[in-house]
Amino acid sequence: MSATATSAHFKENAHAALTDARLQGAMAFSRNFVSRRAAAVERLPEFDALRDSAKAIKDHALAHLDLYLEAYESRVRASGGEVHFAQDAEEARRIVIDLCKAMGAKSIAKGKSMIAEEIGLNHALEGAGIEAVETDLGEYIIQLRGETPSHIIAPAIHLTAKDVEGEFRKAHRDLAADRSLAEPEQLLSEARQVLRAKFLAADVGVTGANFLIAETGTSIIVTNEGNGDLTQILPEAHIVIASIEKIVPTLEDAAQLMRVLARSATGQDASVYTTLSTGPRRPGDPDGPRAYHVVILDNGRSTMLGGQFQPMLRCIRCGACMNHCPVYQAVGGHAYGWVYPGPMGAVLTPSLIGVAEGGQLPNASTFCGRCESVCPVRIPLPGMMRHWREREFERRLSPAPLRYGLGFWAFFASRPALYRLATDLAARALKLAGRGKGRFAWLPFAAGWTGYRDLAAPEGATFQSRWRAKSGAVK
Amino acid sequence: MNATAAPAGPSRTSQPRVGLFVTCLVDIIRPSVGFAAVKLLEDAGCKVVVPSQTCCGQPAYNSGDRATAKRLARQAIDAFEDCDYVVAPSGSCGGMLIKHYPDLFAGEPDLETRAERFAEKTHELVSFLVDVLKVEKVAARYEGTVAYHDSCAGLRELGIKAQPRRLLAGVEGLTLVELAEPETCCGFGGLFATKYGELSNAIVSRKAEDIQATKADTLLAGDLGCLLNMAGKLSREGSAVKARHVAEILAGMADGPAMGEAEKETAR
Repeated sequence: MSATATSAHFKENAHAALTDARLQGAMAFSRNFVSRRAAAVERLPEFDALRDSAKAIKDHALAHLDLYLEAYESRVRASGGEVHFAQDAEEARRIVIDLCKAMGAKSIAKGKSMIAEEIGLNHALEGAGIEAVETDLGEYIIQLRGETPSHIIAPAIHLTAKDVEGEFRKAHRDLAADRSLAEPEQLLSEARQVLRAKFLAADVGVTGANFLIAETGTSIIVTNEGNGDLTQILPEAHIVIASIEKIVPTLEDAAQLMRVLARSATGQDASVYTTLSTGPRRPGDPDGPRAYHVVILDNGRSTMLGGQFQPMLRCIRCGACMNHCPVYQAVGGHAYGWVYPGPMGAVLTPSLIGVAEGGQLPNASTFCGRCESVCPVRIPLPGMMRHWREREFERRLSPAPLRYGLGFWAFFASRPALYRLATDLAARALKLAGRGKGRFAWLPFAAGWTGYRDLAAPEGATFQSRWRAKSGAVK
Repeated sequence: MNATAAPAGPSRTSQPRVGLFVTCLVDIIRPSVGFAAVKLLEDAGCKVVVPSQTCCGQPAYNSGDRATAKRLARQAIDAFEDCDYVVAPSGSCGGMLIKHYPDLFAGEPDLETRAERFAEKTHELVSFLVDVLKVEKVAARYEGTVAYHDSCAGLRELGIKAQPRRLLAGVEGLTLVELAEPETCCGFGGLFATKYGELSNAIVSRKAEDIQATKADTLLAGDLGCLLNMAGKLSREGSAVKARHVAEILAGMADGPAMGEAEKETAR
């Protein structure tokens, strides 16, 4: 394991998020993603057909993952690069640090990478005396704040422009104190100015990968800021860190997937920059790194292959599921307590760090199904959250009141005659208890409900009881 | 029960025999919705029967208790064996019967086939009226501006969106307005509403804002669970918006108190 998890405290985390007025204000912005995606989909009538094709590509790649990983590795070697397989986070960190040490690297420019978050790379680098600077604007901002990303594609979405301004004034003390940072463009330009120096000074560039192409040994990143290009071209060495399921067979496949990726993520037809890297600089190349390494992380993913959770490995990290999730919209990403938030995080987190730690996440869903309805690779996210609930239930990890409550209810629900009698009595009693007001503002054992909203009182006798009385049916 | 006794489709007699799957919430909390459903079905020429029933099993299914869910599913499939159709005034319970029963028995040959046949003859009420019975208009009148909330399971599992709007458009005196975010969940989610009460409240608070911003005087939906949640939030906030199941309006049976509303004459 790597990044410290607080997923077991989801409820407490959610409470903190819901009572944080600043966060609640910032989260309103995340809803823009919904309308932008809808507009992008509207413009492309074949979008649903593209989703089918994207799903098929990923399913095929996963079914032959060993084959494509080997092909990828041999293509990278042929182009002069090296591939390192890491079983877990610890091994991945060690590989990166050893590579940096061997090259005598003191500073690293980093492109955005959720895998780096998953393995806790920055912290490990710092411990090894190597400075890592995030070059994605959002990542840079949260690095200044010592925070983790709250969204997989918009890491600083929990912050407002005002928060960022404050952070920049604190961090960039050598710049004029009276400069204006009121406009987002001014923030962007200042970040650009500060980061430019870091790019030039960096010994190693570390990036993630959106796709690894088996046929060519190419890794692809998509960005909107162009920071990835500088990160991987300017320094002497480029290290790509990616997880095993990023493999797709061909460039054509990646191109297909990119048609659904940006539209699902930000509603753009395509990201601003799509950057391909294949091995180190060749003789005659005008630029590029002298050394090229790819670290491919498993960290539990191979155990998902062939099982109930394999469809989760289709995920292309667009973030549409969280953008459309009422729970994510309400609490933001940090409440989920580990690296991956939202519905995809609710499925992936228990797979990667265990259901004992991550088990609350798949429970904290209304099963509204909107995530599945927007997923570009059609991952049945609610169904897989339900699978986690089943595993919890089988292992008796579900909370005792829930298990006993269900058992009590199931006893009646399995005995229709007894159920009809009991519910009729209960409904009549509750109607009397409601004393004509028609609703309850408070009920014992229902604080989770009546603490926040009223509960309509039953109308009296149950439907089944009235129906039988009316139609003269024999009890 | 004999697994091969019932025909897969409707009998070809003039009156289809429709089993009302009343749903536990309607059964216990708001029987008037059940009678509204009966009226709509009878007006459309159906013979309505109400086999002895309990719950579709969704609370167990969504809590990870698959064994109980399967037991209740078999019980429901048996109970409606002799019906041409099964109709539920709920997209959520309908989704359970139609989409999830076959999944529950996947890989168990006889049961899977029975669950699939059961799913084929099962429908949510309003979509049954419009899509199967081809009802174009109901004879109902309602003076008011109503907002219709698309319940998640009905919308996304069963594709129910146009059908209720189509019938509501034919109700005299009724003006239909749309929510700003019609596809966003109300935060009910069954047991979620109590297990994660604070979170559920945050979600339904936003929904209540959306409802009140429409200036509608009545909120309608096809699911009692969502309605209990939204009605409870609206009344807690002191809103005068009335909440009703869409069947009450379509059946012209909206004379009684709305959900959570006090009775007109004193009860005692």
